[in-house]
Amino acid sequence: MRIACSFCGERELGEFTYLGDAKPVRPEAGASEDEVFDYVYLRDNVAGATSEYWYHGGGCRAWLKVTRNTLTHEISSIEPAAGAGAAKVGA
Amino acid sequence: MAGAQTHRLGNGGLVDRSAPLNFRFDGKAFSGFQGDTLASALIANGVKLVGRSFKYHRPRGILTAGSEEPNALVELRTGARREPNTKATTAELYDGLEAASQNRWPSLRHDVMSVNQLFAPIFVAGFYYKTFMWPAKFWEAIYEPAIRRAAGLGRAAGIADPDHYDKAWAHCDVLIAGSGPAGLAAALAAGRAGARVILCEEDFVLGGRLLSDGGMIDGEPAAEWISRTLAELAGMPDVRVMTRTTLFGVYDGGTYGAIERVNDHLPSPPEHQVRQRLWRIVAKRCVVAAGAIERPIVFAGNDTPGVMMASAMRTYVARYAATPAKRIALFTNNEDGWRTVETALGAGLQIAAVIDARPEISPAHRSLASKGGFPVLHGSVSGVDGGKDGVRKIAVSLTGGARAEVEADGLAVSGGWNPAVGLTSYHRGRPKWRSDISAFVPDGAPPGMVAAGAANGDFGLGACLSQGFAAGAAAAHDAGRTGNAGSAPVADDEVFSLTPLWHVAGKGKAFVDYQHDVTASDIELAQREGFESVEHLKRYTTLGMATDQGKTSNVAGLAIMAAVSGRSIPETGTTIYRPPYVPVAIGAFAGHHRDGTFHATRLTPSHHWAVEQGAVFVDTGLWKRAQWYPRAGEKDWLESVTREVKAVRSGVGFCDVSTLGKIDVHGPDAGAFLDRVYINTFSNLAVGKARYGLMLREDGIVYDDGTTSRLAEDHYFLTTTTAKAGLVMQHLEFCRQVLFPELDVQLTSVSDQWAQFSIAGPSARELLKQIVDESEDLSNEGFPFMGAREVTLRGGLKARLFRISFSGEMAFEISVPARFGDAMARNLMLAGAPFGVTPYGTEALGVMRVEKGHIAGPELSGTTTAADLGLGKMMSTKKDYIGRVMAGREALVAPDRQVVVGIKPTDETRRLRSGAHIIPKGQTPGPGNDQGYVTSVCFSPTLNQWIGLALVERGRERIGEIVHAHDPLRGEDYDVELCNPVFYDPDGGRQRG
Ligand SMILES: [Zn+2]
Repeated sequence: MRIACSFCGERELGEFTYLGDAKPVRPEAGASEDEVFDYVYLRDNVAGATSEYWYHGGGCRAWLKVTRNTLTHEISSIEPAAGAGAAKVGA
Repeated sequence: MAGAQTHRLGNGGLVDRSAPLNFRFDGKAFSGFQGDTLASALIANGVKLVGRSFKYHRPRGILTAGSEEPNALVELRTGARREPNTKATTAELYDGLEAASQNRWPSLRHDVMSVNQLFAPIFVAGFYYKTFMWPAKFWEAIYEPAIRRAAGLGRAAGIADPDHYDKAWAHCDVLIAGSGPAGLAAALAAGRAGARVILCEEDFVLGGRLLSDGGMIDGEPAAEWISRTLAELAGMPDVRVMTRTTLFGVYDGGTYGAIERVNDHLPSPPEHQVRQRLWRIVAKRCVVAAGAIERPIVFAGNDTPGVMMASAMRTYVARYAATPAKRIALFTNNEDGWRTVETALGAGLQIAAVIDARPEISPAHRSLASKGGFPVLHGSVSGVDGGKDGVRKIAVSLTGGARAEVEADGLAVSGGWNPAVGLTSYHRGRPKWRSDISAFVPDGAPPGMVAAGAANGDFGLGACLSQGFAAGAAAAHDAGRTGNAGSAPVADDEVFSLTPLWHVAGKGKAFVDYQHDVTASDIELAQREGFESVEHLKRYTTLGMATDQGKTSNVAGLAIMAAVSGRSIPETGTTIYRPPYVPVAIGAFAGHHRDGTFHATRLTPSHHWAVEQGAVFVDTGLWKRAQWYPRAGEKDWLESVTREVKAVRSGVGFCDVSTLGKIDVHGPDAGAFLDRVYINTFSNLAVGKARYGLMLREDGIVYDDGTTSRLAEDHYFLTTTTAKAGLVMQHLEFCRQVLFPELDVQLTSVSDQWAQFSIAGPSARELLKQIVDESEDLSNEGFPFMGAREVTLRGGLKARLFRISFSGEMAFEISVPARFGDAMARNLMLAGAPFGVTPYGTEALGVMRVEKGHIAGPELSGTTTAADLGLGKMMSTKKDYIGRVMAGREALVAPDRQVVVGIKPTDETRRLRSGAHIIPKGQTPGPGNDQGYVTSVCFSPTLNQWIGLALVERGRERIGEIVHAHDPLRGEDYDVELCNPVFYDPDGGRQRG
């Protein structure tokens, strides 16, 4: 598998570390325990396109948001994960 | 001297008669020629019996001439280099080769296990599941050892492999599998277009079927066209042709696996060379020109030595000038099988008969038969009379019902051809059925891959050349190479006509999977028992599950299943194809990652100095750390460690702690950032001060700890544990980039940039004064406990100095640029000599931290909360931080949680061991009253007894209670007293100096 890092270009899988689902957004400081519980534990088990975090630890140390199809492993988009999990203040 | 090669033709073939090679098979001496495989050399010597079958120990001969071989598996080489299950059909002959047949005892010709044939009913489909179900304990004791003796393959060497294996990467535009006409044409087109090309060929000679079948290309004989083509390819600097290299797997993103047998054709690899090399090839496009595999027809006695695939038989005659038989019969259902007749006649061999299952044959073949003087029988082979010495007579059922008999010593069989669909199917592509050739052809190949020629189901030479060329040109174009590919090589197409025939009913065992001894009746039985799905059929009968992965058997098995279940073959479908295409040695996957180079080794900056000191080292992760420094006369590690601890507590010692993770945190929001990742507050830390910090995971469990110092308003220096150095960096980057992008902060890993030493003991300050510049104020007032600042060393070097203590003594940690680490260790020894300075290792470090009650790895176990560790008060209530909410969950704040306490044995002479379970005194140990366990222990030189830390239910409320330590692993039971975990200097007066 190869991932085209937004900063370094296409690199081999061994340079990256997988974290998991990139959908959950960290709740604000005042969030309830239930909201934080969902953020920490609740994940969809997607058969198809899903967004996930990958860390380019063997390269530029960027966290990337990768859209990958779990059935075919096809990667359809890669972008920096900057702010992807940040609390949406006032949202 | 080896015997004469009785079955070698006087001329012809691609063997070098000027280069004779001696070899031994089952101890007997033979000779062959350069260019032989072990199989062709055995055939040239008239050897027909080469192995015994897996379950029934039936005599078996050579069936094929390639990597699809199911029968002729041998143990190649001897001693540490002995390699089991090696295909004689692909093993290149070398002088001195030694091979042994497998799965026979005491000898190949007299194998007592062939009585298994008499017990055949117990070896039927599903025999593992049916026969050995109950009682379970019989399995390990009786069934499995007996089966392993009776049914097995070759023996592993049993000793370490002395050879080296390499791993390498390659990148190209166009990757081509196979060097037959399609592969060579593809390479020509892609190479001419300017593409970077890699062509992999598993054979040691290029040309594929052209080497056996010849033909005319561009008006010249195939051999001349091959030479001309190879010369043209050799002139292209970006075309790389790799022989002895099998493309075995396809992975995501255009990554391919290939195994190069670099030196398997030699007795042992030349010095400093590897045996095999595992390639990972990244290619923009891939052309699969892997050809097709001829398939057997299933009939009674089809495993008799001397029964051989028709294409293999003509390969042995044409390519190797070796004659598998003198009087040959052909059993075919298609036009292509007749080529073997032509080749055999051309070599002066006798044709006994052709048994053709088709109703009609061509006029050309009719006249060939009359010229050759042999009969053409329309019908099929129903049985073979023969044994371990080979075929004697062949029984034929003629169309219309009459019977005939043919005398022959060899039977060539052709049931048609199956395209090699492995590579194109590895991404769950399901091959599709093509009824005109009665075979599965590639469909749904991985992105960027295309099959050409025979691998695509188009068997004619002209089609192979034109398809291969077109595929190579298109692949180059797709990869952005647009040079002129010129015109494709041209040849005529042969006629391919076939009447499907899979199985001839008859008496006696008719084998589908030769290697796993699966018969047609096994498949019929499986169907009767309800195993109709091909995936179930495969597992129930083990069809296609041997090392050959059913290359010669799968499609026939499907066809028989289809027939008995009343479905069509495409309805029955195929099983899922998975790599590797050929077996790959585990050693090749490991490469250099074995023994001392299993992983990278990290050395501390003072490592070489520590080696000079005679230190004993311990592996901690990738690091080698000095564990203790033995001195002459010390009888064991405990004596050395005790001396080191006493020296620190009474004088001064130092220890390399460079393995700690170190991260520089810069930026105006550095403090705010640390407030969010630590449970305690760092934004209010004064410049010039250090503070202990604790991080949680988002689920509320403790993640890591360490001290962090503020060196400037916008600059913190953070340390992590050795084990979590990389992970904490990754976690902090996640927090910074993904969760808190609004904070203006930067992280820099500086773990390898700083050599860091702990200098500890009552004389630490006096020693340090000898190291730092006289102008630096190290007094308690000028540099108090938990101070942190940059200092200048004597000589002008800038260093970072921290007054922090893990040992509980007055202590400093000093960081110098890593390249000065070695000099610092030597300097500390010199400057410390008047104070009796003592280097100490990780053991003494650990003893002092247990004495002081500091937590470390065993307590940071991934199950403990801050409160469990006695650090609950550090959890700020004035801010949000990672893990805050989840740490408040009911179960994580329950009053009966297991928390850190100290333990002391009631018998002061007793040794403690970690792992013992804590049970209330007077109770019988059991899961219901297990209240925790011992996490860390040490012999405390200060208290002169063993002490420890433990996680114990409600431990802090039970100080002074006597509990029971139960250690079933070591068979120990004893009482311990729960106590304050801080055994040494509980009010901290010593470290504050
Ligand atoms: Zn990168």
